[in-house]
Amino acid sequence: MATIGQLATRPLKAERNGDKSPASILFLVALWVALSFAVLTLVVLLVTSFMDALPRLDGELFTNYSSQVSPETAGARAAIIGSLWVIVATAVMAIPLGIAAAIYLEEFANPLRWYNRMIEVNLQNLAAVPAIVYGMLTAGLALTIGLRRGVVLAGAIALALLILPVIIITTREALRSVPAEIRQGSLALGATPLQTVWRQTLPSAIPGIATGTILALSRALGEAAPLLLLGGLVFIRYDPNGLFSGFTTLPIQIFNWAGQPQVEFQEVAAAAIIALLGLLLLMNGLAIVIRNRYQRRW
Amino acid sequence: MISTTTTADDAPDASTSASDSSSVAAAPRPQVGASGGTDRYLPEHPTPVIECENVDIYYGAFRAVHDVSLVYGRHEITAMIGPSGCGKSTVLRSLNRMNDLIPGARVTGKISYHGQDMYGSGVDPIEVRRRIGMVFQKPNPFPKSIYDNIAYGPRVTGMKVDSMDDLVEEALRAAALWDEVKDKLKQSAYGLSGGQQQRLCIARTIAVRPEVILMDEPCSALDPIATARIEDLMEDLRKDFTIIIVTHNMQQAARVADRTAFFTAQAAEGTGDRTGQLVEFDLTSKIFSNPADRRTEDYISGRFG
Ligand SMILES: Nc1ncnc2c1ncn2[C@@H]1O[C@H](COP(=O)(O)OP(=O)(O)OP(=O)(O)O)[C@@H](O)[C@H]1O
Ligand SMILES: [Mg+2]
Repeated sequence: MATIGQLATRPLKAERNGDKSPASILFLVALWVALSFAVLTLVVLLVTSFMDALPRLDGELFTNYSSQVSPETAGARAAIIGSLWVIVATAVMAIPLGIAAAIYLEEFANPLRWYNRMIEVNLQNLAAVPAIVYGMLTAGLALTIGLRRGVVLAGAIALALLILPVIIITTREALRSVPAEIRQGSLALGATPLQTVWRQTLPSAIPGIATGTILALSRALGEAAPLLLLGGLVFIRYDPNGLFSGFTTLPIQIFNWAGQPQVEFQEVAAAAIIALLGLLLLMNGLAIVIRNRYQRRW
Repeated sequence: MISTTTTADDAPDASTSASDSSSVAAAPRPQVGASGGTDRYLPEHPTPVIECENVDIYYGAFRAVHDVSLVYGRHEITAMIGPSGCGKSTVLRSLNRMNDLIPGARVTGKISYHGQDMYGSGVDPIEVRRRIGMVFQKPNPFPKSIYDNIAYGPRVTGMKVDSMDDLVEEALRAAALWDEVKDKLKQSAYGLSGGQQQRLCIARTIAVRPEVILMDEPCSALDPIATARIEDLMEDLRKDFTIIIVTHNMQQAARVADRTAFFTAQAAEGTGDRTGQLVEFDLTSKIFSNPADRRTEDYISGRFG
C-alpha cells in the first residue's frame, strides 16, 4: 500500500487498466446498444414516414382541404389553420394564467401555510394527469356552460388546462433560479415586492419562462387525445375562423387519415406528420435559441 | 496588520487620548490601528437613531436572539462582532425589517426608529427600508447597467429628481467609484470587480438617501485593498449617514467603529438551542482595550492570540 506521499509522486497515467477492464467495456457496449436502439428506431420511423410522404409533400398539402371522395388531392389546410387557431388560443389562456400562478406561488405564497403546501403537491400531480382526462373535464365544462364541444375555444380550454401545470412548474423554476440576493437588493432599496417582481425577478426569468412555455405549447400542438374526445371535426372544408368555429388539428387529422383504408390517405397522413414534425422542430429550436442566447450565469 | 489597509486616520494613533493609554497598559492591548472612535469626540451616550429594547428574535419556535438592548447613535459607526451564529445578521436584518421576508421570523420587544416603534401597527416596512438601507455580504448588483443600478432605487421609490444623471454621478462620487466607471456607465455592472461591485451597491444605497446604512460583512468577499477602500469610504459616509456594520474582522471593527457591540451564543436552559445575546456594548476603544466582560476579553484576545 502506497503512502500518501508516494501517491502524490505517482505519474498520472492509468495503472489499473482504467476503462479497459472487461466489465467496464461490457457496460460501455450495453450503453451504446441502448442508445443506438433508441436512435435507430427514431431514424427508421422518420425515414419511412418521409418516404411515404414524399409524393404528397407539395403545395397541395397546405392549400387543399381534406376530402372523402378524392383522397389523392386531400390536403391539411384546415388542420394546419385549425392547429394554429387552437394553439394561439391555448397560449393566450395558459401563459398569463400560468405565469401569474407561478409568481404567486414562488414570490408571495407563504410556504408555511397548509393550503399553499397542498397546491404545491397537487400541482405535481396535475402535471401527471393523462391528457384525455382534461378532454373529459372540458367536455363536462362545455356542457355546463352551454358551449358547443367541437369548437376552437373548447379545444383550447382543454389544452390550456393540460399545459397549465407544466407552465407553472417551469416558470417557478425559472423564478427560483434568480438569486435571492437580487430580490433582497431591490427590497432593501425600498422597492415594493410587486416592483421587485416586475422589474427584477421576472425580466431575469424571462428566458427560462419562454423556453418552458414553448416546450409546453409544442406538447399541446402534438396532442390528439383530448381533442378527439371533444369531437374535433375531421373533414372540414373551410378555414376555421374564430373561437366558436368548428375545427380540426394536425394530430386529429393524421389520426383519422391513418385509419382510412385508402393508400392515398396513408401517404397524406405521412406528409402531415412531416409537416407537424417540422413545426415542432421549429418551436423546440426556438426554445433552444432563446435559452442559449439569453441564458444568464449567476 | 496589512500595511496597505493603514489609512491616514491611523496617524493620530500615537496621540490618542491619555485616558485610554492607562488602560492600554493594563490590558494586553492588541496591535491594531486606531479605532475610528478614538480620534473623535464621542459623547458617553449616543444620540439614538435606532434603539433596541429587550429584543428577542425568533425563527419559528427557535429563539435566535434574546434580550438585546442597545442604541445606535446618529452619525456614528456601530460595529457588531461575535462568533458565527450568535445572531449578528439576525439583529441587523431586524433593524430594517428585512427579517419580514423570512417566513416564520418574528421580533418581540421594541425596536424604535427616532422613538417610533418600527414594528408597530401601521408602519410600512417599505418605508422603513427606504430610510434604512442595507449592503449585503456578497456584492449583489442588478443585472443591469451601472447607471441603471444607481437609478433603480430613486425610480422605484418615486423620488423627485431634477437630473438623474447628476444623482448617479453624485452617488458614484460619494462611493468613490466615479473615476473608475464614468466612461462605462452604460455597461453591465457584472463587468466590475468584486470591490467595485460592492462600492456600486453602496452607491446604489446612497442614491435613495437613507438615514441609516446597514452593512452585513461588506468586505468579507473582498481583498485587503478593496477592503481598505470601503473602510475609507465608511469614514467619509459617517458625516452624512449613520452606519451599522457586522464584521468578523476585529481589526476592521477597531479601525472604523465608534462603538462596538459584542454578541455571543449561549445554550439556553432546558433546550439545547444556542441563543445569541449581547454581552457588551461600549466605545470601541473601551471594548478593545478594557472590556468589562470576561467573554469579550477572551474573544478579542483569542482572535489576536
Ligand atoms: N433564515 C433563517 N431561518 C432559520 N434560522 C436562521 C435563519 N437565519 C439564521 N438562523 C439561525 O439564527 C442563528 C443566528 O444566525 P445569524 O445568521 O444571525 O448569525 P451570525 O451571527 O450572523 O453568524 P455569521 O457570523 O456566521 O454570519 C443561527 O443559529 C442560525 O442558524
Ligand atoms: Mg451573518
